[in-house]
Amino acid sequence: MQPHIQITRVSKVYSSAERNVAALDDINLNIAPGEFICLLGPSGCGKSTLLNAVAGFSLPTSGSILVDTRPVQQPGPDRGMVFQEYALFPWMTVEKNIAFGLEIKNAPRAQIKEKVDALLRMLNLYDFRERYPKDLSGGMRQRVAIARVLALDSPIMLMDEPFGALDSLTRRNLQDELLRIWMEFKKTIIFVTHSIEESIYLADRIVVMTYRPGKIKKDVSVVIPRPRDPSSAEFNDLKKELALLVMEEQDRHLRDEIKEPSAD
Amino acid sequence: MKYPWLKKFAEKLQGLLVPLVLLAMWQWLSSQAIVNPQILPAPTAVLAKWWEYLSPQEAYDPAKAGYLAWLFSGELIRDAYASLYRVMLGFMIGAAMALPLGLMMGASDRIYKLFNPLIQLLRPIPPIAFIPLSILWFGLGNPPAIFLIVIGAFFPILMNTIAGVRNVDSIYIRAARNLGASQTTMFLRVILPAATPYILTGARIGVGTAFIVVIVAEMIAVNNGLGYRILEAREFFWSDKIIAGMFSIGLLGLAIDTGMNWLNNYLLKWHRGIEGN
Ligand SMILES: Nc1ncnc2c1ncn2[C@@H]1O[C@H](COP(=O)(O)OP(=O)(O)OP(=O)(O)O)[C@@H](O)[C@H]1O
Ligand SMILES: [Mg+2]
Repeated sequence: MQPHIQITRVSKVYSSAERNVAALDDINLNIAPGEFICLLGPSGCGKSTLLNAVAGFSLPTSGSILVDTRPVQQPGPDRGMVFQEYALFPWMTVEKNIAFGLEIKNAPRAQIKEKVDALLRMLNLYDFRERYPKDLSGGMRQRVAIARVLALDSPIMLMDEPFGALDSLTRRNLQDELLRIWMEFKKTIIFVTHSIEESIYLADRIVVMTYRPGKIKKDVSVVIPRPRDPSSAEFNDLKKELALLVMEEQDRHLRDEIKEPSAD
Repeated sequence: MKYPWLKKFAEKLQGLLVPLVLLAMWQWLSSQAIVNPQILPAPTAVLAKWWEYLSPQEAYDPAKAGYLAWLFSGELIRDAYASLYRVMLGFMIGAAMALPLGLMMGASDRIYKLFNPLIQLLRPIPPIAFIPLSILWFGLGNPPAIFLIVIGAFFPILMNTIAGVRNVDSIYIRAARNLGASQTTMFLRVILPAATPYILTGARIGVGTAFIVVIVAEMIAVNNGLGYRILEAREFFWSDKIIAGMFSIGLLGLAIDTGMNWLNNYLLKWHRGIEGN
C-alpha cells in the first residue's frame, strides 16, 4: 500500500552564529493511512522538529517528506495540528474557534453551524460554546483544539504533546476520546510524547528517537489489543523495554547538558 | 457583619473622608479673612460660581428654543462641548492616521525601516512645541487646536499599534496558517484582534494626551472651551471661576477615561484578567 506519509532521509540542521545543531539526521519513516504513530524520546531529541517539518512550518534541510505522494511545502488544513500550548484564539469563543477553519474555507453558513454543533456535542463542549478560552480548564481547551482540527476534516492529525500539561485523569479521559475519534474518522495520527505509558496506550507503532542528532533508534509495533490495560503484563513488559531505550538517550542528554549547560 | 450594605456604605464614606476634611479646612481658611478671597475663594463661592456657570444664562422662553436646548445652554455646557468636540475630532483624525500606519509598520519590516527614523525624530517633540508652527500654518480658531490634538493622539497610538502587531504570539500565526488562513484573514482575524490590547492602551494614552493638549490649545488659539474659559477668568481675577473651571476639566477628563475604560472592557472581554478590575 502507498504510505500516507513518506519521510525519506530527512535531516535538519539549525544554524546560528555560534553553532549548528543537528536536530534530525537521516530519518526514514513510512506511515500507512489510518496508522497511529507515537514519536517518543527525551526532551530535545527533535520530535517537534520532525512534526513541524511534516506540518510544513519549517522544512527539512535535506531529504523529502511526501504526503499522498506530494511534497510538503507549507502548512495546510490537510494536516491539522494540535499544539501543546492549545493555541486557541483567545478573542474567539469556543464555537468561533471551531468554526474558524471552515470560515476560511468559505463553507456555507448552515453547513458550518451543523458541523460545529455536532463537534461541540461529540466533545461535550456544547454548554461551553459561548465561552472564551480563558474561562476553560486545560482539558477543555484541548478538546476545543481537537474539535478545531476535526472541523477541517484533515486526514492527518499532528499532535505535539497535546496532553502534556494535563492532570492524569483528564489525560486518560482525553486519550480515550482521541482513540474513539481516531477509530471513527480513520485519521492518520502522529502523536509526540515523552510519556512511555501514553505512547503504549495509544499507538500502533512507537518510534523511539535518539538524542542529538535525532535519529530513529527503534521502531516498535504495539500488538496489544485495545482497549489496553496499563496494569497488564504485556503492557508492562513493553514499558520496561521502552524505558531502557529512552533512558539511554536521556543519559546522553544529561551528559550533554553537563558539558554545555546552555544547551537548551 | 450583619448588614453587608452597611459595610459597603461605611466603605463609601471612608473614601469621602479625606476630601471632606480638606474641604472643611479650605472653608475654614477662607472664612478667617487670612487669605484674600481673590486668591483663594471659599468652596461655597466656587460651588455657587460653578452652578452659575452651568445654568442657562437666559430665562426659559419657549418661543426661542426647546426646553432641553435651553437647559443645556449654559456657558459650561457649551465650553465642555467645544472641548470635547475638539478632543474627539482630533483623536479620530490622529487614530485614523496612526492605526493604518502602525499596522503596516508592525507587519512589514520594510515599511518599518522606511518610517521609523522620521518617527523617532518627531516623537520626542512635545505637542505643545508645535504651537507656534500650528498658528503659523493654520492661523487661529479650531484648525490649529485640532492639529495639535492630532499630534498628541497620533504618537501613542502609533507606537502601541506597532508594538501590538510585533508582539503577536507566533503560536497564533502558526495555528492560523495551519488552518489555511490567507494573508487577509490572518491580518483581520488574527493579527488585528491579537494586537487590540496594545492598540487600546495606545488609544487611552492618546486620549489622555489629547485632553492635555486641548486645554493648552484653547488657551492660545480659540475663544471658547474650558481651557479658554479659565484663562479668561484670570484676566478678570475671577478665581472662583478658575477653580470651578478646573474642576469641570477634571470631571470631563474623568468621564472620558471612564468611557475609554468601558470600551476597553467591552472590546477585551475575552482577555485574561479583565474581570478583576
Ligand atoms: N529554532 C531553533 N533554533 C536552534 N535550535 C533549535 C531550534 N528549535 C529546536 N532547536 C534544537 O533542536 C533540538 C531538537 O528540538 P525539538 O524542539 O525538536 O525537540 P523535542 O524533542 O520536541 O523536545 P521537547 O520534548 O523538549 O519538546 C533541540 O536540541 C533544540 O535545542
Ligand atoms: Mg517539542
